Amino acid sequence: MSEPALLEIDALNVSIGAAEILKNLSLEVGAGEILGLVGASGSGKSMTALAIMQLLPPHARLRGAVRLRGDPLTGKSEAALRGIRGRDIGIVFQEPMTALNPLMHIGDQVAETVRLHRSVSAAEARMLAREALDLAGLRGAQGALERLPFELSGGQRQRVAIAMAVVLAPALLVADEPTTALDVGTQAQVLRLLQDLAHRRNMGLILITHDLAVVAQVTDRFALMHQGEIVEQGATGQMLGQLRHPYGRALLAAADLKPKRSVPVRESAPMVLQAQGIVRDYPRRRRSLWHAAAPLRAVDGVSLSIHAGETVGLVGESGSGKSSLLRVILALETPQAGEVRVLGEMFSTARGAALRRLRRSIQVVFQDPYGSFDPEWSVERLIAEPFYLLDAPPAAAERRRKVAKVLEQVGLSASDARRYPHEFSGGQRQRIAIARALITEPAVIAFDEAVSALDVLVRAQILELLAELADRLKLAYLFVSHDLHVVRSITDSVYVMQQGRIVEHGPTQTVFEGPRHAYTQALIAATPRL
Amino acid sequence: MSDSAPRNLGFFVGALITLSFFGMAVAAQYWTPYDPAVLSIVEKLQRPSLHHWFGTDQLGRDVLSMVMAGARNSVEVASVSVIIGVLLGVPLGFTAAARRGVIDEVIMRGNDVVFAFPALLLAILITAVLGPGAINAVVAIGIFNIPVFARVTRGGALQLWTRDYSLAARAAGKGPLRISVEHFLPNLVGLLVVQGTIQFSLGVIAEAALSYVGLGAQPPDISWGRMLNEAQTLTALAPSLALFPGFAVLLFVLGLNLLGDGLRRRRERAP
Repeated sequence: MSEPALLEIDALNVSIGAAEILKNLSLEVGAGEILGLVGASGSGKSMTALAIMQLLPPHARLRGAVRLRGDPLTGKSEAALRGIRGRDIGIVFQEPMTALNPLMHIGDQVAETVRLHRSVSAAEARMLAREALDLAGLRGAQGALERLPFELSGGQRQRVAIAMAVVLAPALLVADEPTTALDVGTQAQVLRLLQDLAHRRNMGLILITHDLAVVAQVTDRFALMHQGEIVEQGATGQMLGQLRHPYGRALLAAADLKPKRSVPVRESAPMVLQAQGIVRDYPRRRRSLWHAAAPLRAVDGVSLSIHAGETVGLVGESGSGKSSLLRVILALETPQAGEVRVLGEMFSTARGAALRRLRRSIQVVFQDPYGSFDPEWSVERLIAEPFYLLDAPPAAAERRRKVAKVLEQVGLSASDARRYPHEFSGGQRQRIAIARALITEPAVIAFDEAVSALDVLVRAQILELLAELADRLKLAYLFVSHDLHVVRSITDSVYVMQQGRIVEHGPTQTVFEGPRHAYTQALIAATPRL
Repeated sequence: MSDSAPRNLGFFVGALITLSFFGMAVAAQYWTPYDPAVLSIVEKLQRPSLHHWFGTDQLGRDVLSMVMAGARNSVEVASVSVIIGVLLGVPLGFTAAARRGVIDEVIMRGNDVVFAFPALLLAILITAVLGPGAINAVVAIGIFNIPVFARVTRGGALQLWTRDYSLAARAAGKGPLRISVEHFLPNLVGLLVVQGTIQFSLGVIAEAALSYVGLGAQPPDISWGRMLNEAQTLTALAPSLALFPGFAVLLFVLGLNLLGDGLRRRRERAP
């Protein structure tokens, strides 16, 4: 027998209380190999990462073996493990916002990892930190050691996290959904960086993701996890085409989003939403005592319109001004210039009764299925909240009937009205959010990254539901997203936004098949494909 | 499981102590072993006995009855001052968070001014201006509570304003006031209860201190602070006179803090 593999996991079982989280899990990763670990949320992917690092929660019980270069990690003392973590195994987490200490210079954060493991001088540690940041693509002023995390974008923060993980040249890197919180362009760069590191340093890489397209693009081998078990594993190229496990097939089917609209929109349909020349400035921090700072122009003269029953996409990277535009369109913020009309009536300057009447016609679904609901309110009360817009809100019995009706429309049951948001999964919560948007029978619903936080399978189901509702209830949608797959599958026409401006718009199919603007082309090129 | 046991113990012990003092305060309203206002020079300075569990003071009053009456006084002063703080501080905090800008600055800088004075100094200042007395002590301690609750409320509300559900409520046409009351208040109750418990214990200490220097409860009203003050001259003769009110303050404040801490931990652990 030759050298043992870099990492071997042998019949690993992890349970917390009575719940078995990981069942009989066996994996191997060789040096320089990229292994994808794919599964739905709750399938045990992250728990596997924590088991490799021996960072399981205190109540967890572990059986089986984890070996690094043949040396068992299980059963090592905490002190010995601390020496291994960071030096031999690095980890990158999903959330670049919370993985860094907000009050510490990024150079110091990277250098700290060095000094914990090697007795080097502060200057040497800073030099190594500089090298690692360079390697992670944060060169020059952009990656100056004195910068603080809040000055960096999400992608840059993720690069700092990667620099921290690779500064000691670990033999193995575990990356837990490292690009899920990033938009396409940044995702492509970060993936390329990870791939590059693995090949150049002969480093083993475990890439945890729920996105098969990412797996197809980056990994050498992958393992499919389902309910704590590995149900299939093999070489990426071979296996993708011939997945046998039903879950894998479902994933594959869901990843391949087909256009879902069946009823074509007539050009003659009346306009339900028109935005004309919207400008939205945000004040910037004053830097001089004498001059106010020039404001930040988030939205710069944007116009868009939506016909009755039409589904319109708004795509762009984070920071392109999509969310600011959406807030103006929803009359939650006042634009510096321009106007918004709903059903032909002035919305952006409406006040009092007129504003409330128009608000009934435009409702919204937000991204975060966890933050969109007051945790103290029952589902019935939450869904009925927009009734506040009616002059004569329905009485108790009528209200209950209407809430039951929308709950059934979104595929939940009437009895769910008495429950509370925390009792529901992410996908179910998004259904509740859709029900809340439907309750006033609006003409148009805006979706702010409404499916980005969902698992691939759940996302496919929600999109199915949205397409069906649009056809049945003659709804128009404004679909704001950075996910081009999603936008392509559900919209009739699309607007592409960059730095506060619309750079391209047209029918979805035309734009995707023959993008004219360089930015659109770059976005489409950056999107991982199966 | 194992590491939560001592925390729970703290919470239960705190709750038990707090409840017994509240019970004592309520009981004192209707019944004490002896009338704490009745003097009986014949029985002065007795040691603890079966008749007088805590002994008697230099005027022959029953110390147990006085401690009970003092508990009533403490609970009254501390509760009313917390209520003053909540009633004024919470709306101020909500307003500051909802309006931001100039109004926020004015409210919060006003709070800073009140905060800049040490609590007790402020209370002495106020009672010195308004004149000594239990009511003025309540007002003085209450004023100090206002910025505390305003800050806690503002901080909590600012965080909740970033949640999507506040946007959803605005999309449903609701104004800042309604959103604050309907959505934020229920979500901040836990936080306010924890802060209330802490302020309550500070109120108990402040009341005792004010009465000790003669700016709080006036005779014939009974307060732990005044009992301590009176016992001070007799420490050599009857040390137990200072012991009982002193212990009462200590135990009550300890109980309230254990309770507050336990409540905070429970909140943090809740989903």
